[in-house]
Amino acid sequence: MALPLRYSFRNALVRWRSTSATVLGIALVVFVFVLLQSLAAGIERSSGNTGDPRNLLVVRKGSTAESASLIARQNFQDLRYLPEIARNPQGEPLMAADVLVLVNLPRRQGAGEANVLLRGVTPRGMELRPQVRLAAGRWFEPGHREVVVSAKLARRFEHFDIGQSFRSGSATLTVVGWLEGGGSAFDSECWLDADECRSLFERDMYSSFLIRPRDAAAGEQLMARIEADRRFKLKAEREVDYYRKQTMTAAPIKWLGNFLAVTMSIGAVFAAMNTMYAAVGSRTREIGTLRVLGFRRRSVVLALLLEGGFLALIGGALGCAVAFYWNGYTTATMGFETFSEIVFEFRITPRLVAEGLLFAVMVGLAGTFLPALRAARLPVIAALKSL
Amino acid sequence: MDIPEPIVTVRNLSKIYAQGEIQVTALNQISLTIAAGEFLTLMGPSGSGKSTLLHIIAGVDRPTSGECLVQGVDVTQLNESELADWRNQNVGFVFQTFNLIPVLTAFENVELPLLLTRLGSAQRRRQVEAVLDLVGLSDRMHHLPRQLSGGQEQRVAIARALVTDPKLVVADEPTGNLDSRSAQEVLGLLQSLSRPAGKTVIMVTHDPKAAAFGSRSIHLEKGELTR
Repeated sequence: MALPLRYSFRNALVRWRSTSATVLGIALVVFVFVLLQSLAAGIERSSGNTGDPRNLLVVRKGSTAESASLIARQNFQDLRYLPEIARNPQGEPLMAADVLVLVNLPRRQGAGEANVLLRGVTPRGMELRPQVRLAAGRWFEPGHREVVVSAKLARRFEHFDIGQSFRSGSATLTVVGWLEGGGSAFDSECWLDADECRSLFERDMYSSFLIRPRDAAAGEQLMARIEADRRFKLKAEREVDYYRKQTMTAAPIKWLGNFLAVTMSIGAVFAAMNTMYAAVGSRTREIGTLRVLGFRRRSVVLALLLEGGFLALIGGALGCAVAFYWNGYTTATMGFETFSEIVFEFRITPRLVAEGLLFAVMVGLAGTFLPALRAARLPVIAALKSL
Repeated sequence: MDIPEPIVTVRNLSKIYAQGEIQVTALNQISLTIAAGEFLTLMGPSGSGKSTLLHIIAGVDRPTSGECLVQGVDVTQLNESELADWRNQNVGFVFQTFNLIPVLTAFENVELPLLLTRLGSAQRRRQVEAVLDLVGLSDRMHHLPRQLSGGQEQRVAIARALVTDPKLVVADEPTGNLDSRSAQEVLGLLQSLSRPAGKTVIMVTHDPKAAAFGSRSIHLEKGELTR
C-alpha cells in the first residue's frame, strides 16, 4: 500500500522556499524546450497549411524548391492542353506558371536587410490559390509595375505600406495592396504579374507550374505522364505534399530545442537531486517512523518520487505558462529552402504542452530517484536514531 | 490462580555491534518472558541495552544470535517485508520524540497504520475517531502536530499505536520530552492499556517514578539482566 498522495504533495509544498529554486530551474528548462519547439511547430504549420490538395505543383527534376527550379516557357504550352487538366467555365485550362525571384530589401527601423520572395503569378495562379485573399488595397494590374505584399511582411519591411514604392536593381515597384495567406507560406511572399516579373528581372524561364487535374485519377495519370516524358525533365507532385516537405528550416530549430533542453535538464536534474537529498536528509527519522509503522521500502521510494514528480510538474506548468505568453506571436527567420524571410507564428500546441510537462516530470523523477533509493535503503533503526 | 500465557519469550539473545575493528556487546545472552497484559518497564543506564532489547522484541532490529518469540512467532526469522507486515499488525510504537508526520493532521497520523490494512475509509474513520476519543483528543483531530502541545502530540502517538488494536505496545522513553503533568497523563494512559485493556506494554525509561506505573520492572546493565 502506498503512502497517501497528500503526504507527498504537502511535503513538496511545505518546503516551498528550498524547493522554489528547483521549480524555477525546471520551469526554465521547459520554457526553452517549449518555446523552441513552438518555433519549429509554427514553421511546420506554415508549410503544412499551404496549398490545395487538388493541385499539382510542377518543378524541374532535381530541384528541391520552386525558387531553385527553372522551366522552359515552351513546356508551359506543351503541357497546357493535356487532357488530364481541368478547365474553368470559360474553357481555359486550369494551369498557371509562376516566376520566383529573390530580392534584397531593407527591414523597418534599420534592422538590416533580408531576402524577400517575389512571386510572379498569372490570373489562373490566383484562381488556383483561393486561400490567398486581399487584406487591403487592390490587386496588381497586369502590365503595371505593381505588387501586392503580404500583410505580415508589410509590418517588417520598409516601403511596404500601400502607395509606397521600393527599388530592387533597376526595377521600381509600387505597393498597391496587402495579401493575407491564411497562415500559409504565402504569408511570406509578394505577388505581382508574372509577365511583368519576367520582364523586370530578365527571366526567360518559369520557376514552376501549378495545375488542377480533372480529378484524382487524372492527377495520378498526369504525374506519371510528366515523370515519364523525357522531353520535359520535370516532376509533378501534389501541392500540399510539396509544401509539407518544405520544413527543412524547422529541423535545426527542433534540434537546437532538444539539445538545449537536454543540456539544461542535466543541471535541472542535479538541482532536483540536491533538493530531494536535502528533503530525505531532513526527514530521515520520519522515513524511519513510516518504515516502523509497516510501510515498505517501495512505498517510501514511491512517495518521494511522487514528491519530486509533483515539484517538477509545478515547474513544468510554470514553464509552459510563461512560454504560452508568446503563443500566436508573429516572427520571421530565413527559410533554408528559399533563402528568404519566412513569417510564422509561435504555436504552443496542446501536444507541445503535454511534451513539456512530461519532460518536466522525467527531469523530476530522474533527480529524485537516487535520493529516494537512499531513503529506502536506510536501516530502520539508524533512521529512527537520526536527529 | 491462572498463570498468564507469555506473549514474549526471549532466549539467549545477543546483539553485538561492530564499531570499526571494535566489537561492542549491546546484549549478552538475555533470556526472559513477558506475560500477556503485563506493563513491563525496562530500566538501566545509557548504553545498557534496554532500547536494543525493545527494538528486537518489536521487530525493528535484529539480534546477532538467540530467539525472540512474540505470540509464537520468531521475529528473528522474518524477512524485511514480513517484518514490516508483522509490525503493522502486531505492535504499536510510542517514541520519546513522538515521531508524528509534521505535514499530516492528528487524524491522518493516526490513520497511517490503517492504510496498510484492508479496511474501508468509513471503518478507518470510526477506528481513528474511537482511539482519538480514548486519548481525549477528539477536538484536536484536524490539528497539525505543530498546533499541539507536547503532551497532546504524545497522546496522538499513543492513539496511532493503538489504532490497529495490537496485542503489544512498545514505548521508548515516552515521557522523556514531556513536562511532569503531561508525563503523568501519558503514563496513566499506558497503564490503562495493560491489565484493564488486555494489552502488553513494554516501556523503556530512566525514570524510577515512571517505572512505578509498570506492573514489573527489569534492569539491564552492560547488556545483561541484573534483576
